[in-house]
Amino acid sequence: MRALAATDVLRLDHITMRFGGLLAVSDCNLAMARGELVGLIGPNGAGKTTVFNVITGVYKPTSGRVLFEGRDITGMRPDLVCGLGIARTFQNIRLMKSLSVVDNVLIGHRVHMRSSLGSAVLRLPGYVREENLLYEESLKLLDDLGLLKYKDTPAGSLPYGEQRRVEIARALATRPRILLLDEPAAGMNPYESQMLVKFIRDVLTRFNLTILLIEHDMSVIMEVCDRIMVLDHGETIAEGTAAEIQANPRVIEAYLGVGYKHAGNY
Amino acid sequence: MAGAIEHVFLYRDPSVVARRARLRLACNLVSLALAAVVVHWLQHNLGDYPLRILNLAAINVILAVSLNLIYGFTGMFSLGHAGFMAVGAYVAALLTLPQATKDVIFLMAPLAWPFNVLSAPPIVAVVAGGIVAGLAAFLIGLPVLRLRGDYLGIATLGFAEIIRVVANNIPSITNGALGLKGIPNFANNLWWTWGWAAFTVWFIARLVGSVHGKALLAIREDEVAAEIMGVRLTYHKMISFVTGAVFAGIGGALLGSLITTIDPKTFGFMLTFNILIIVVAGGLGSITGSVITALLYTVLLEALRPIEAGWRLGPLAVPEIPGLRMVVFSLVLLVIILFYQRGLFGGREFSWDWLIRKLERAAAGTAATAGAVERRTGATADAGAESEAQATRPGGGWSSTAGRGTETGGRGGASKRAPKGT
Repeated sequence: MRALAATDVLRLDHITMRFGGLLAVSDCNLAMARGELVGLIGPNGAGKTTVFNVITGVYKPTSGRVLFEGRDITGMRPDLVCGLGIARTFQNIRLMKSLSVVDNVLIGHRVHMRSSLGSAVLRLPGYVREENLLYEESLKLLDDLGLLKYKDTPAGSLPYGEQRRVEIARALATRPRILLLDEPAAGMNPYESQMLVKFIRDVLTRFNLTILLIEHDMSVIMEVCDRIMVLDHGETIAEGTAAEIQANPRVIEAYLGVGYKHAGNY
Repeated sequence: MAGAIEHVFLYRDPSVVARRARLRLACNLVSLALAAVVVHWLQHNLGDYPLRILNLAAINVILAVSLNLIYGFTGMFSLGHAGFMAVGAYVAALLTLPQATKDVIFLMAPLAWPFNVLSAPPIVAVVAGGIVAGLAAFLIGLPVLRLRGDYLGIATLGFAEIIRVVANNIPSITNGALGLKGIPNFANNLWWTWGWAAFTVWFIARLVGSVHGKALLAIREDEVAAEIMGVRLTYHKMISFVTGAVFAGIGGALLGSLITTIDPKTFGFMLTFNILIIVVAGGLGSITGSVITALLYTVLLEALRPIEAGWRLGPLAVPEIPGLRMVVFSLVLLVIILFYQRGLFGGREFSWDWLIRKLERAAAGTAATAGAVERRTGATADAGAESEAQATRPGGGWSSTAGRGTETGGRGGASKRAPKGT
């Protein structure tokens, strides 16, 4: 395991999460440097999404600390965590389905709104200026991600793959420094996930991000991640590069399955 | 980029947005002026009975739009409206009752301080009713807004019932079950009721249409995702709940004045359900729907009265059946819900955009020669929009690029739902 450094963007320090008798995450440690793309894999129920929920403040861990850019954010309210610069997507897409794509993105940008509610109702010049800037920024973001053509489409009526991309766009709208992606390739065909890999790489460099990625699609994980962390039954069973992970007997047993090395050509 | 003085707008030109906002404002002012003429005429030419119905319709508009803010836009299933109305009605009534009436009607217990000395003009009384109702909403909201869905509905319904029972049992303020009588009838005036209705629509439309309002919509759509996207749930839910309650209080105050007598039974849970019916039938998340349905609902309920009186249709003689209109009315509702599952208006709103688009097209037609040139530069800018975005600015291409960007979708979220000429 890599030593924890002070310059880490995100650091999980001995995180344990218990739900009654269920140990969802046990003593999880993770340090991510700026610009890194770390994969988080493991069988279903291994506690991957729980880790996301702990980072974003949905759950307060039973023990351990979450540090974001050196600041302790353990158990902080999710909306405040978002304001600090942590954004995420969801395993089962959670867009505002009946709202337009641009409204979805605007909701992300809204977190940086300074004008008060009162000035919004009265449409004071300060609010109008800010609204113009936020709209412009939202539309530019959609254009940058090739989604501008959908801007007035209700998000729920888009094809599945596009909804995934809109969800990433919405997360980017909060101007995050770290992005947590929860199974972005779920339900995609090989071609779509290939496109997604490109998209994630592109987003990583273009937005100066650090990304933590949960994924079951091994081709995506192996291709895109700098480092991979494997969870099983809440415990970290391995950590390392794609090659190291694939050679790790515990990982093969718990997750990849015997025969993976022979069958796959990753 | 925020705060940049020389910000270049490529997608949504603020000057176009502002121009459209001005056009909408003009449309709204013209229709308000027309509405004023109509109101003036109606006020002087209608009999007492139709006037009362129209006043009641305005009050129903206020109540429906405010409940729509809570339920339709923020997704909080609240059944506490009658409670907030009661608070507003009692406060306003106690502030406007003449001293002589106060001396006479409080038989069970003398009127407590401060209401025995306080007195206020109607406008102050109505605002005070709204504010006290808002305070009540704040206090009840603190524990209750943690709940969701049906649970919130039951909790708020419980609150409304508590208000009713309390009103029954503090005779030194509410005069108990006897209620308050002889409330000054200032609300039997179209200017008053429809003025307040217009203000309600304006305020809530502005709130919902703003970027802040998107936070409310986000909560309705997906609370968990909204919070992850930085929406402070308790704060925004409270804003919506309290704002809705303030207008419910105002509506209650006006209702008390219109019927001049209130007692705890007036604010039973059927009152809330009537408003809920209007909101659902009009369409959750549609202010236009609430306004039009409130009007139709009030008028239709009265218009159906003759069928209760007993009538003949050829050989068929229908005897006098009290309550028959409710049967017919329920059938109408049933049909609406069957054929318009999302209410008459769904989530749609009335807007002036069709008119503005027409005006803009007409304006573009007159500048035909300039238009041809502009369209060409626009196309070039379009092709190189991403890389040459900044470069196109000094030329003629900038305005047309921006114009294209806004034409296809950029519209002021708020001004689209600008107040209708009620």
